[in-house]
Amino acid sequence: MKPAGFAYHRPATVDDAVAVLAEVSPAGKVLAGGQSLVPLLNMRLAAPEHLVDINRLTELAYVRVDGDEVTVGALARHADVEHDDAAYAVLPLLRDTLEHVAHPTIRNRGTTVGSIAHADPAGELTAVLTLLGGTATLRSMRGERTVAAADFFTGPLTTCADADELVTSVTFPVPEGRTGAVWTEVARRHGDYAVCGTGVVVTLDDDLRVAGARSAYVSMGPEPAVLDLTDAVAGAMYDDADWAAAGRLAAGRLEPDDDIHATAAYRSHLAEVLTARAAGDAARRAAVA
Amino acid sequence: MTTRAFGEPIQRLEDPRLLTGQGRFLDDIGHGALAAAFVRSPHAHARIVSIDVTDAVDVDGLVAIYTHEDLDGRAGEPLPLLIPHAALTHGRTAYALAKDEVNHVGEPIAMVVATDRYVAEDVCARIRVEYDFLPPVVGIEAARDGELLVHEDVPGNVAAHMVQSRGDAVAAIEAAPHVLELDLAIERSASTPLEGKGVHARWDADDASLRVYTSTQASTSVRAALAARLELPPDRVEVIAPDVGGGFGVKIVHPWPEEVLVPWAAIRLGREVKWAEDRREHFVGAAHERGQLQHVRVGFDDDGRLLGLDVTVWHDNGAYTPYGIIVPIITTTQLLGPYKPGAYRAEFFSLYTNTVTVTPYRGAGRPQGCFAMERTMDAVAAYLGLDRTVVRERNFIRPDEMPYDHGLIFQDGRPLIYDSGDYPATLEKLKKLVGWDEFEAFRDEARAAGRRVGIGLACYVEGTGVGPYEGGWVKVETDGSVVAATGLTTQGQGHKTVFAQVVAAELGVPVDRVTVTTGDTRRFGYAVGTFASRAAVMSGNALATAARKVRDKALRIAGEALEADPRDLEIVDGVVRVVGSPSGAPGGSIPLATVAVLANPLRYAFDREAERATQFGGPVDYSKPPVAEGESPGLEDTGYYSPPRSTFANGMHAAIVETDPDTAEITILRYCVVHDCGTLINPRLVEGQIHGGVAQGVGGALYERMVYDDAGQLLNASFMDFLMPYSTEVPFIETDHLETPSPLNPLGVKGAGEAGVIPGSAVLASAISDAEGFAITRMPISPSDLFSLRLARESR
Repeated sequence: MKPAGFAYHRPATVDDAVAVLAEVSPAGKVLAGGQSLVPLLNMRLAAPEHLVDINRLTELAYVRVDGDEVTVGALARHADVEHDDAAYAVLPLLRDTLEHVAHPTIRNRGTTVGSIAHADPAGELTAVLTLLGGTATLRSMRGERTVAAADFFTGPLTTCADADELVTSVTFPVPEGRTGAVWTEVARRHGDYAVCGTGVVVTLDDDLRVAGARSAYVSMGPEPAVLDLTDAVAGAMYDDADWAAAGRLAAGRLEPDDDIHATAAYRSHLAEVLTARAAGDAARRAAVA
Repeated sequence: MTTRAFGEPIQRLEDPRLLTGQGRFLDDIGHGALAAAFVRSPHAHARIVSIDVTDAVDVDGLVAIYTHEDLDGRAGEPLPLLIPHAALTHGRTAYALAKDEVNHVGEPIAMVVATDRYVAEDVCARIRVEYDFLPPVVGIEAARDGELLVHEDVPGNVAAHMVQSRGDAVAAIEAAPHVLELDLAIERSASTPLEGKGVHARWDADDASLRVYTSTQASTSVRAALAARLELPPDRVEVIAPDVGGGFGVKIVHPWPEEVLVPWAAIRLGREVKWAEDRREHFVGAAHERGQLQHVRVGFDDDGRLLGLDVTVWHDNGAYTPYGIIVPIITTTQLLGPYKPGAYRAEFFSLYTNTVTVTPYRGAGRPQGCFAMERTMDAVAAYLGLDRTVVRERNFIRPDEMPYDHGLIFQDGRPLIYDSGDYPATLEKLKKLVGWDEFEAFRDEARAAGRRVGIGLACYVEGTGVGPYEGGWVKVETDGSVVAATGLTTQGQGHKTVFAQVVAAELGVPVDRVTVTTGDTRRFGYAVGTFASRAAVMSGNALATAARKVRDKALRIAGEALEADPRDLEIVDGVVRVVGSPSGAPGGSIPLATVAVLANPLRYAFDREAERATQFGGPVDYSKPPVAEGESPGLEDTGYYSPPRSTFANGMHAAIVETDPDTAEITILRYCVVHDCGTLINPRLVEGQIHGGVAQGVGGALYERMVYDDAGQLLNASFMDFLMPYSTEVPFIETDHLETPSPLNPLGVKGAGEAGVIPGSAVLASAISDAEGFAITRMPISPSDLFSLRLARESR
């Protein structure tokens, strides 16, 4: 479990970083917190010729709250995002979800943007970014572009980022209107990748009736998808909606796989149960928002 | 620090060093050494057609590549079968490097030695092995079918078949008023110590001697094996177990292929060579355990008394049998636990599969036996509508029946005779601790809140302190400090603390004046090893014997110096004095340090203390030689302990679980342990052993399994997918103790190392069954499994 040989680059600025990436493209790989990449290197499941370490790009070590959105720079650790009180004040879902991401030691090192750029279908933040309709900002020598989450994730462990592009930040928009958002999951052990996890956002109208409900999942398919559950619960009072129906609606639309930890049938069942639970909780939160 | 050391819950003497990073584990040794890495079979069953190193030989930093044909002399022979047995008619062991055929994924085929591990792995990736594929035998059912064979000369894949019986169990069951049959299964798990195996070897050509550091549970046996394999005089081989980061059984096997190959290469190259196993290697290249299918037939009367018990076990021994058939022997003998069925018959088949070899893992077959017996007890109770504790109580061996002879032969080849234990008292304590009689009220309360809870219990008896012997050596230095050594090894249990307590108590010195060395053949050459919960029993008693001899000698010498009868002397806080006299009384006492000086008459003084022992240092009795007849110089001695047979500890666990009606998640609400390992040397360390054992028991019951696919690939060979429980998964453990001393040894102690793990699967299966209302017959169980079971019952 030692990595194959690679050339190591440690740029000091974003400009230098994208210059190196352009130079070594397509043989470069960005190293941030290393919590996914380093095990892949050690098991020789990945063997990039060039490793571009961005840990000196302190200009990207930020969590910025800007009115109705939270922007996270590429060098912000999960723990930075988790403990950012301003971000929590406008978007509690971030902290609530991050508490399910691995363990404190991993969150101290791993970066939120790195986890999203890694695009693991079991990664909670990929689902949250998609659920909230967030964006990723990518830089290269060719310029900068901002991509919607739905377009960013193109498959398991793959994104639309080109080999010379650095994901410099991601932006989580705060849901509009009277909303509540909840993350819940079932994992085999505390901090493991979820067997099934879901984030749900419920929007209520002024009469506290359900105006909208949508959900996103981890470990339930190759890439994060957002489901609109509104049809099952539209117009119902927040505390009287048929959340079980919303759960059934969600489970019917998901096609999970078997793996060594759970059968597909169990995952579907969990999706139904967890969606109903999370949606009900989200509605109650929205009511007091 | 008090001299009342024995029985005190003192802190571990090891911890300041280990917790401040001062430990010296295998990979901390020999930074300048060459590194070894191995090409391992990626296939479960194949013939090796050719090995092509063309692409590998010009890698910069490569030193050597070895395959089986390079192994000269005895190094190329099959590895030893450590524990032969008459019933093991078809024992097979691997070669250190595969010869012609591989029988599991992970079997080593070539060894690469290079300047560092990175280069060595680069080289491994460039070695091309051509295979002829053979159909793999995966799983106990496939092995039992016998259609496909692991070893073509082993019919039916049966390594061993053995039957033990007492009375006519078949007839007793036939005649019984009630008969039940159970089919049970336990899946594979493994020791998975945090530190894998590792070997460092240095050949001293000038001295013609070999020094080997290895992360082992049996350094003296490794030395014997290496001397034999490498054809060296044993006296030219030193084997040292440095700090070892856990063993749990897997490191009792020896010599591992790497333990032969690394020293072999070091000698051949005249260079230091080191290999530290990585996690993936450990999963596929070390050992697993636990996998068994079981069939139970039980006949019983209206009161639930077992009249006859007939058990058949199909035991998965993996690809080879280097450790013999110890595990299934233990399963089928320790299965009886605290019970005395009227007649008993146990039959096992030990079967080959194309998977990692099976050797003992903490518990060593006992968890499976306990599972079979306790599932049976629950089934009998359910059938008769009796309380589960009542059925157990009625089948207990009574205290006045001790010693109790089961009429069977145990794993040490000696009669299975329980020495002591009070099972009814243990059960009473457990019922009180967990609140067994109040549980129904709790269940009703939970049910009203929409919650589903259950309670379970499981009882076990554990044969500990297996022979043949251990030894101990104790010496008082001239500064009054005490050094002691024993040959068996330690893997983090805290043996050095416990042994220091034993020695300190015997010698009357403070515990922190005693330093203990373990597992170093330079310090103590006769030993067996650390396994079977034997260290405290074996080395504890040996060291006590050695210390007592030293004490007697100290009192003799002090008696002369003080002109007192040794029988009137005692040692308190490192000072020999007349019994009851206040220390410091003139002429009435002498420090042990001074006695040590006097014990070694000197010609030459090397310091002021030593001056007192030289020939002109003080008054001399010219009528006697400087060293009295029958004495030896120095205040040191050696002692051994060899038990007539094993001593049997026991315990009972109870658990309360909650199963989520919707998600099928399983939560342990309470976990209670009552434990009797005889006299306690250090209650804190016993508690630590129980906690660690329970953690592994919970792992085996709810989380850990080795997931092989049909091709024999291990799909979860990492800590990401092999779910060893985190601290967040291990419940708070409530413990209570009984102390029923063993009559078999002077200290009255029994082993405690494996106890905590044994009833894990049994007690949690019992509690989950109770919560769900149907019997759990396969362990481990995951939420997904429980969900499937619920579905299957609903659709029935």
